[in-house]
Amino acid sequence: MTLRRKACIAGAYEHPTRKAPDKTVAQLHAECARGALADAGLTMADVDGYFCAGDAPGMGAVNMLDYLGLINVRYVDSTETGGSSYLLHVAHAAAAIAAGKCNVALITLAGRPRSEGSSGVAPRAVVPNVPDAPWESLYNPVTVNMYALVAARHMHQFGTTSEQLAWIKVAAAAHAQHNPHAMLRDPVTVQEVLDSPMISDPLHKLDCCVVSDGGGALVVTRPEIARSLKRPVINLLGAGEAVKGQLGGQVDLSWSAAALSGPKAFEEAGVKPTDIQYASIYDSFTITVLMQLEDLGFCEKGQGGKFVADGNLISGVGKLPFNTDGGGLCNNHPANRGGITKVIEAVRQLRGEAHAKVQVPNCTLALAQGIGGLLGSRHGSGTLILERA
Amino acid sequence: MSTMSQDRPLGASITDAATGPFWAAAKEGVLKFRRCTACAKPNWYPRAVCPYCFGDTDWEASQGTGEIYSVSVTRRAGPIPYAIAYVRLDEGVTMLTNITDCDLDALKIGQRVKLVFKPTEDGNHLPMFTPV
Repeated sequence: MTLRRKACIAGAYEHPTRKAPDKTVAQLHAECARGALADAGLTMADVDGYFCAGDAPGMGAVNMLDYLGLINVRYVDSTETGGSSYLLHVAHAAAAIAAGKCNVALITLAGRPRSEGSSGVAPRAVVPNVPDAPWESLYNPVTVNMYALVAARHMHQFGTTSEQLAWIKVAAAAHAQHNPHAMLRDPVTVQEVLDSPMISDPLHKLDCCVVSDGGGALVVTRPEIARSLKRPVINLLGAGEAVKGQLGGQVDLSWSAAALSGPKAFEEAGVKPTDIQYASIYDSFTITVLMQLEDLGFCEKGQGGKFVADGNLISGVGKLPFNTDGGGLCNNHPANRGGITKVIEAVRQLRGEAHAKVQVPNCTLALAQGIGGLLGSRHGSGTLILERA
Repeated sequence: MSTMSQDRPLGASITDAATGPFWAAAKEGVLKFRRCTACAKPNWYPRAVCPYCFGDTDWEASQGTGEIYSVSVTRRAGPIPYAIAYVRLDEGVTMLTNITDCDLDALKIGQRVKLVFKPTEDGNHLPMFTPV
């Protein structure tokens, strides 16, 4: 079964908050759900499929379904691949719709890491019975150094430079200046990235995404329903998902799970990387973007540094406009999970509703890509290719 | 620039049914990994069931030498900078570890390293590496 044009993204909503000390995580989920359904022109009674990831409060989707009051749900999925979960949720929703299991699927994400004092240098919580934990946790792997190991290896193997990585942040900042909700709105230079404090070699502070509160939600529907609504019809053309780890001890940091999920999505969609007009690429760190661009085939392996340099990711300037909302590097990284905002900005671009300064003219084909977990050890990847009908 | 490594206080080790013989060997100064009794491939981190063929595996001693596959000095996660690394053992598996007892700023990918042990809070000996 192919998912090509079997489902549509009918509603998308990004919570405007970036700091929410006076709201609960569940409330933020509910506000996002309300926003996405209003955007689609649907009601909570229409929702018969619900998706959240493992970080949602409670046991899988059970507590959130009860909190939200979604009593008509007949399809539930709490697939967890970190920040990439929400791209997988879109694909799983499309599969469920194609199989007749639901008609209107709601996906929600929310969190308050900023209010709760989270950061990328804190030790990750040790969960009982995780098989790798006894062999790794005492070496103090934290989020940032498990991406830095990939960057260091890429520099060694392919000659990539800190200046090239910095261009990714420069492009994100160039877009964020037009987003009134973005956490960081000031333009940034390559030199400012290089002069920012070194967090974990070779990643500087400005190579890292923001820590923000907030959330987002998506509504995925059967095509007949999407066509009956007032919003532009955004078709899912192709989807891919993959998980990569340490390969039993044959660790290879030169490629990510996007090298597996990307080709599947392109094959299903029947398009090539050169056809893509706009790309949302998960930017937990600058190196995350570089790896995914190479692994998706936007450039050859090892050539990502040259590809991103000189503003090639800036809308209106370069060949591949990316993260025109400012991305996780500048706009928003709600719940320390950027996957859903990647889909939301791709939908804005396809609807022609991105900010005028960053809107890609006549954008009809877009890609959204996410990596969740730790790029240097174990991570999941989701790739979506979307078209405006 | 140089940043001499300092010993970080290490927390308690995690022990479970998979780790007993490993920590016992470490107290004798030996780093152990596992090799499949069916397909003969080594695996890391150690698994009782082979991740290549689902065969049974058994412990084997490493010589404790290898080279740095990747390394990052983490400077802003606590008061003491430390080097996290992947080291490829000469037996052919790559393990997450720390590089210690050296100038952290001089570490390079491809550098030869050898085994050292550091005590954990609960009295186990944690394998790390230092430049040869």
